[in-house]
Amino acid sequence: MLTQLAIAVFQVFIILALAPLLSGMIKKVKAFLQMRKGPGILQPYYDIAKLLRKDSVVSENVSWIFHAAPVVSFVAVLAAGLLVPVYILNMPFSFAGDLIAVVYLFALSRFFIALASLDAGSSFGGMGGSREMFIASLAEPAMMLSIFAIALNVGSTNLDYISGAVSSLGIDAVSPYQLLAFVAMFIIAIAETGRIPVDNPATHLELTMVHEAMILEYSGKQLALVELGAMVKQLLVFSLLANIFFPWGIASDLGAAGLAVSLIVFLIKISVLGVMMALVETSTAKWRLFRLPNLLSISLMLSFLSLVSFIIVKGG
Amino acid sequence: MVNTYLFVGLIASYLFGAVASCALNKKDNLCTYVSFLSAAAGAVLGIIFSLSVVFGETFNISMQGSLVSFGFFVDRLSAFFILVISIAVLAVSIYSLGYVKEYFGRKNIGYLGFLYNIFVLSMLLVVTASNAVMFLIVWELMSVVSYFLVVYEHEEPETRKAGFIYIVMTHIGTGFILLSFLILAGESGSFDFGAFSASGAGMPPLLKDLVFLFALIGFGAKAGIVPLHIWLPYAHPAAPGNVSALMSGVMIKTAIYMLIRIFFDFLGAGVLWWGFLVLVVGTVSALTGIIYAVVEPDIKRMLAFSSIENIGIILLGTGASMIFFASGSPALSAIAIIAALYHLLNHSVFKGLLFMGAGSIIFSTHTRNLEKLGGLIKKMPGASALILIGILSISALPPFSGFVSEWLTLQSLLLGFSLNDSFARIIMPVSAAALALTGALAAFCFLKTFGIGFLALPRSGHAAHAKEASKPMLFGMGILAVLSVLLGVLPVYVIPYLDMITEPLMGTSAYDQSLSFDILGTVAMPAGKISVSTPALLLLMLAFLSLPLIVLFAYHGKRTPPYETWGCGQPISTARNEYTAAAFSRPVQMWLGSIYRPVSGSQATYSASPFLKSSFRFESRIEQVFELYLYAPVIGFVKDKARRVKLIQTGSIHAYLSYIFGVLFVLFMFMITGGS
Repeated sequence: MLTQLAIAVFQVFIILALAPLLSGMIKKVKAFLQMRKGPGILQPYYDIAKLLRKDSVVSENVSWIFHAAPVVSFVAVLAAGLLVPVYILNMPFSFAGDLIAVVYLFALSRFFIALASLDAGSSFGGMGGSREMFIASLAEPAMMLSIFAIALNVGSTNLDYISGAVSSLGIDAVSPYQLLAFVAMFIIAIAETGRIPVDNPATHLELTMVHEAMILEYSGKQLALVELGAMVKQLLVFSLLANIFFPWGIASDLGAAGLAVSLIVFLIKISVLGVMMALVETSTAKWRLFRLPNLLSISLMLSFLSLVSFIIVKGG
Repeated sequence: MVNTYLFVGLIASYLFGAVASCALNKKDNLCTYVSFLSAAAGAVLGIIFSLSVVFGETFNISMQGSLVSFGFFVDRLSAFFILVISIAVLAVSIYSLGYVKEYFGRKNIGYLGFLYNIFVLSMLLVVTASNAVMFLIVWELMSVVSYFLVVYEHEEPETRKAGFIYIVMTHIGTGFILLSFLILAGESGSFDFGAFSASGAGMPPLLKDLVFLFALIGFGAKAGIVPLHIWLPYAHPAAPGNVSALMSGVMIKTAIYMLIRIFFDFLGAGVLWWGFLVLVVGTVSALTGIIYAVVEPDIKRMLAFSSIENIGIILLGTGASMIFFASGSPALSAIAIIAALYHLLNHSVFKGLLFMGAGSIIFSTHTRNLEKLGGLIKKMPGASALILIGILSISALPPFSGFVSEWLTLQSLLLGFSLNDSFARIIMPVSAAALALTGALAAFCFLKTFGIGFLALPRSGHAAHAKEASKPMLFGMGILAVLSVLLGVLPVYVIPYLDMITEPLMGTSAYDQSLSFDILGTVAMPAGKISVSTPALLLLMLAFLSLPLIVLFAYHGKRTPPYETWGCGQPISTARNEYTAAAFSRPVQMWLGSIYRPVSGSQATYSASPFLKSSFRFESRIEQVFELYLYAPVIGFVKDKARRVKLIQTGSIHAYLSYIFGVLFVLFMFMITGGS
C-alpha cells in the first residue's frame, strides 16, 4: 500500500519536475534550428518561479469561474498524470481510467480554461476559447479512431495494459497499423499541445493566438498554474506517444537498476519526440484556422487506414 | 398486493391532481399547490412502485372487456421507465410550484395543472399498457395532451405553428405504429403484447422486417430521429418550461421504450442489418442534432436539438446491442443496452435540469435569445451553479454522469471488434469516431451557452435586471443536479440495477460474464483489461486540490485590486465589446458551411447622402436542410395532388348523389359476382 502510494507520489513529482524542462528543451532546439541562441533550457522554471512570487491582477468583470478554472484545469491534468505510464508499469491508479478517460480529463481541463476565457468579457478571450474548442472538436474523432486502432491491437484501452502488451511483443509490435496510428497520434499531439502548424505558442499577435488568447487575462500565481498545467499536459501527451508506441525499456517492477534505466530511457524518448516537434515547428508555418480541418482529417484518415490494415493483416 | 395499491394510488393521485386543478381554477395559488403537489406525490409512489417491481416480481392487471381487454403489465423494463418518468416528474413538479407563477393572472392555471397531470399519467400508461389497442389509446392521449400543452400559449402565432407541426408529425408516426401493430396482430391473432412476444420471433422474415421498419419510423418520429426530428425544435421551445423539461426529458424516451420492447421482446432482434440501420440512424441523429445545436442562439431550441443528439447516442448503444444480439453475443449485447439505458437515464436527468434552467432564465429575463443574456452567474448564482452541473454532465466531462454513459457506449462500440462480421468491425469504430465528434461539439455548444449566457457582463437590460430563481425552482433543479453527480460517481450501484432490467430481455447478465466492480466503483470490461473509476478520479482530483491551493494561498503579498479587462490599452470594458454567441460558433459554421447553408443579408437606410447611414441592419440565419430539401418537396407534392383531386369536388349535390350511387352500384356488383 505504502509502496503503491510512493510510486504515485514519485510519478506526480517526476511529471511536475520534468514538464518545464521539456518546454525549455523544445525552445532551445527551435532556437538552435533557427540559428538563434535562445533562452536557457531552465528558463521555464525561472518563469514559473517568478510568476509564483507575483500577485494576480484580476478583471473586475469576472465571477468565481475565473478563479476556479486554473485550479480545476490543473487538478484534472494531474489526475490524468496518474493514468499515463511514465517510468513504471502496473501503476497503482491505472484502474481509475483508460485512454478515453485521459482524453476526457484533458477535455475537462480545457473546458474550464475556455469558460474562464469568456469570463472577463474580452473579445480576445472569446476568440481564443472558440478556436481552442473548435480545434478540440476536430481532433476528437481522429483521436478516438486512433485510440481504437491502438486498442484493437492489444484488446484494451487501459494504458498500462497497452504499454505492457506492446513491450512484451518486442519487435513484432512494429507493424504498418502501429506506424499509421503513430503518425495519426503525432498530428493530434501537435493539436493537443498547441504547436505549429495548429497554434503558435510563441505568439502574442491578436489574430493568430489561440491558447495565449484564452489565458490573456491571467496573471501572477494563477497564470503560473495555467502555464504549468499546459506544460504538464504537454509532457503527458508526449509520454502517451512514447509509451504507447515505444514502451520498450519501461520498468515493470521496483528494481533499482530497472527504474534507473527506465527513467533514462524515458528522458531519451521524450527528448527525441521533443526534437521531432521542434523540427516540425521550424519547418512549417502556422496554418490558417480554416485549413486545420484538412490537417486533422489527414490524421482521421490515417487512423482509419490503421484500423483497416489491422483487419487485413490480422485476417477478417 | 402492495404493488396493486401503489399502482392504483399513483394513478389516483394524478387523476386527483387533474380533477382538483379543474375545480380550483379560479384560485391560482391554491390550484398550483394542489395540482403539482399531487403530481409530486404520484411521482414518489411511482418511484417506490418501480423499485418494488424491479426487486420484487412483475405486476399484471387485466380487465377483460367485451370488445377489447384493458390491461397493465409492468415488467422490469417498464418499471425502469416508470422510474425515469417519476424522477423527472418529481423534480419538475416541485419546480413548477415556483415556475407557474409566470402565468398567474395571465393564463388559466387550472387548465395547465389538468393537462400536466393527465400528460404524466398518459406517459405512465404508455409504458405499462399490455395490449396494442389500449396502448394506441393512451399513446394518442399522450400525443393530444402534449399538443395542448405545446399550444398553451396559443396567442403567439409561432406557438400555433409549432403545435401544428408537432401534431402532424406525431400522427404520421402513429400511422406507422398502427401498421406495425396490425401486422403483429395479424400474425399472432391477438392484440395482446404477450401474444406479440410469443409469436413475433417466428414470423416470416419479410413481415418481421416490415414490423421493424414501421416501428422504427413510427416511434422514431416521436423520439426525434433524423429526418423525422423537425417537430422537436418547434414544439419544445413553444411549450411552458416545466412541460418542455418533461417532453424532452421523458416523453421522447417512451418511444425508445417501445423500440426496445418491439426489437428485443416482440421480434427477438435476430437480424443483423436491423442493428446496422439503428446504428446508422443513431449516428446521423447524434451528429445532425449537435451540428444544429451549436449554432442555435435560442436556448430552448438549442436544448431541443441537443435532445435529438442524445436520442442518437441512445440509439447508438441500442444499435450496437442489436448487432451483438444478432451475432449471438448476448453478454456484449447486454453491455451495449446497459450503456444505452444508462445514457437514457442520464439524459432525462440532465436535460430535465437544463430545460428547467432555461425556464428559470426565461422566467427572470423574458428572453430566450442567448445574445441578450450574459452575467447571469452574478444575478442568479444558485441557478447558475445548478445549470453548470447540468452542462458538465451533458458535455460528458468526468466525473459527471454523461461521462460514464458515453464511456460505456464507446467501449461497447469498441467491443464490436470481437465480431466476425467485417462490416461491423468497420462501422462500429467509425460510429465511435462520430460519437467522439458529437461529444466534442456538445462540449463546444454548452461551453458557449454557459460562457455567453452566464459569464462576463449582461448584454441587455433583460439580463441586467435578472433575479435569482425562487426556492421551489432551485429545489426542483437541485434534485436533478444532485442526481447528475451521483449517477456519475456511483455507476457501481447503477449498472447492477440496469443489469437487472436487461437480464430478462437478453437472457443473460452482463455482470457475470463481462463487467465487474470493486469497492472503488471501478467499472471493468471483459477480463478486467479495461476499467474506469469515476469515484477514484474524483478522489484523485480532490487530493490534488491541495497543490494549487497551497500555491495560491501560501504566499500573500500586497493584494492587487481588481482592474478593468485588457483592451489593448483602450477603455473597452463594455458589453458591446464582448464576444457574441454567433462569433463563438462561427468557426464551426464556416467549417460545416455546406450543411448549414447560411444566408445573410444586410440593409442600410441612408439619410441625405449615400455616405451617411442612418441605420444598418444585418440578418443571418441558417437553413434547415431537412425542411427545405425533404419536407418542402413532399408537402408540395401532396398539395399538388390535392388540387387535382379537388376537380371531383364540384360542390353540386347532384354530383355527390351520383358518386354515392356509383359506389353502391359497384358494391352491389361486387357482392353479386365476387362475393360468392
